[in-house]
Amino acid sequence: MSEEQIKNLEAQFEARIARDEKIEPKDWMPEKYRKTHIRQMSQHAHSEVVGMLPEGNWITRAPSLRRKVALLAKIQDEAGHGLYLYSACETLGVSRDELYDQLHSGKAKYSSIFNYPTITWADMGAIGWLVDGAAIINQVPLCNTSYGPYARAMIRVCKEESFHQRQGYEIMIKLAQGTPEQKEMAQDALNRWWWPSLMMLGPTDDVSVHTAQSMKWKLKRKSNDDLRQQFIDQTVPQAELIGLTIPDSDLKWNEEKGSYDFGEIDWDEFWQVVKGHGPCNKERMNARVSAWEEGEWVRDAAMAYAEKQKERKEKQAV
Amino acid sequence: MGTKNWPLWEVFVRSKNGLEHRHCGSLHATDAEMALENARDVYTRRNEGVSIWVVESKNITASNPDNNGELFEPAQDKVYRHPTFYDLPDEVKHM
Repeated sequence: MSEEQIKNLEAQFEARIARDEKIEPKDWMPEKYRKTHIRQMSQHAHSEVVGMLPEGNWITRAPSLRRKVALLAKIQDEAGHGLYLYSACETLGVSRDELYDQLHSGKAKYSSIFNYPTITWADMGAIGWLVDGAAIINQVPLCNTSYGPYARAMIRVCKEESFHQRQGYEIMIKLAQGTPEQKEMAQDALNRWWWPSLMMLGPTDDVSVHTAQSMKWKLKRKSNDDLRQQFIDQTVPQAELIGLTIPDSDLKWNEEKGSYDFGEIDWDEFWQVVKGHGPCNKERMNARVSAWEEGEWVRDAAMAYAEKQKERKEKQAV
Repeated sequence: MGTKNWPLWEVFVRSKNGLEHRHCGSLHATDAEMALENARDVYTRRNEGVSIWVVESKNITASNPDNNGELFEPAQDKVYRHPTFYDLPDEVKHM
């Protein structure tokens, strides 16, 4: 194809997106669109899968059966969400194995929030309430993104995600209403998860490298700073309602702009964790890699068994 | 990696009797039986279905969007296939 032809196709493509048409897997698309989508969708899938680890830490120690079944169901959903997103990614011609390889080799990123440890039961509450809360704010606009398979996956994810946040907040309510020790535990979890949750919504707009292009392709519909403000404005009253304090001395309602002013985010910490120096980066990656490697014989055996069954059936048919 | 990849399957779910099966996603499985079991776990955890079809993705033949012109345009100028094409007096009811 000549350069001019490609330019022409690109112009038509951008016009389709501007008209709110969806792009489907077999449609022509610019290489950059394909690559950007593989990057974002796989990052998202990896985050779902790695995100199971911090919560998996508490399944056996959940304080009641009610809490345990809910936590198990939530973690199972996350495995499902990872699968929807990997499948959507595969429609762009990348194989599942390549995607896993990118995660295991450290080439692909996942959400940094999962590199923090879950040291008390209250962390299950804080994760559901804050981490899933921030994730929902990020994800809802994606139900309308331009790439069809991604949008459809996100609709399923968002539908299922809504119980995750409620189960987390309910844990926090119960602890906040409990003994002084329990309330302190809830406050401590809020103290530890608040800032990383704000960071989850991404670098500030002035340094975010992907925003402009992603807005055009509807991979992003609001800027990081707008999403963060939305998260803060909706979460602060929820903390107040249950008598917990947001760990930010600069947090103040701004009557004029109708939203909260908040303190400086420690972006050095954010970049340290992104670069692999968070408290649990190594632990998370080791857990993923060993699960993959130690499962290899199971995957091989299942494949060999299926092939043998198929052969046997074919022989009997002759 | 010596591992042979598990093939890809497309999953179709009927949400209730009376409705058609609809494509809802895909997954990897070694054979049809495993694909069904995994589809149940992944796509019907909240009573989304009463029946599942799985078909190995490589067995689906799809039209090419580049040929959409030849394939679908011929239908565009055949307005006489729609009831609104025909002129009837206003007095005629129920037709």
